[in-house]
Amino acid sequence: MSAPKINPVEPAAHTLPSQVVKDDEPILVAAAKAGDISAFETLVGRYERKIFRLAQNITQNREDAEDSMQESFLKAFEHLGEFQGNSRFYTWLVRIAVNQALMKLRKRRPNQVSLDDDIDTGEELIPRDVEDWGPSPEDRYEQSELSNILNTTISELDPSFRVVFQLRDIEELSTEETAEALGLSVPAVKSRLLRARLKLRQKLNRYFRRSENS
Amino acid sequence: MNCRNIVKELSNYLDEALDSTLKASIEKHLEHCEDCKVVVDTTKQTIQIYCNSEPAPLPEDTRQRLRDALKKRLRGVRV
Repeated sequence: MSAPKINPVEPAAHTLPSQVVKDDEPILVAAAKAGDISAFETLVGRYERKIFRLAQNITQNREDAEDSMQESFLKAFEHLGEFQGNSRFYTWLVRIAVNQALMKLRKRRPNQVSLDDDIDTGEELIPRDVEDWGPSPEDRYEQSELSNILNTTISELDPSFRVVFQLRDIEELSTEETAEALGLSVPAVKSRLLRARLKLRQKLNRYFRRSENS
Repeated sequence: MNCRNIVKELSNYLDEALDSTLKASIEKHLEHCEDCKVVVDTTKQTIQIYCNSEPAPLPEDTRQRLRDALKKRLRGVRV
């Protein structure tokens, strides 16, 4: 299967509620399309942290993440005329950023990274270490400590699982949008998402299980 | 419905992408299977904690280089 195209095809509208997008986004996008650079810079300021985190989680390299982020915003501005407003601007931007980050990743590790192959890890899906987590992890850890735990844990995932989890459960893309962004089939996305969720649960268990805090 | 099937349908259950019959069957199993209930609950927490996590602020030097790149390419300003 070939790599996803750079030039983003606008995905179908995402109907799920999102914490990510603010109400004034269409106004800012319209202004930016009309040539208002300040409006575009406002959008950049709004999403730069999320796009940088996305690029870091995919590339696992700060320099590549920074380059990917810069190119993503510049490419978004250059192609803004092609954005028809049928989907969220943020979703469209995420797809550009995914393509940029995947290109960096493949360039750096061409023989190690393939998101296209079917993955059969041979691992049993039935979870081990079944133990209640007790009180909410957000209440138990300082914000910075919790961030470190989450970053460390997700970085331990295989890239092909990590990127699917990132798009579906952090960036809140639909299964179909994720499949289209990554050039994967919907069943492949679902399969990887399930494995990613179970693997992360398993890995987080060592921090959050009740007995860890008693 | 057995524990293996619960795991197989876990994502669809959490994403509310199941028909009502299958959903009811899973919930009936969860009423008496404590292990599966824990797996469902902790997987749900895994998703929520990542979804709710705020990205760290951009490092200042990274932000400045982004601003410079935008100025240069969008406004034609030499930086």
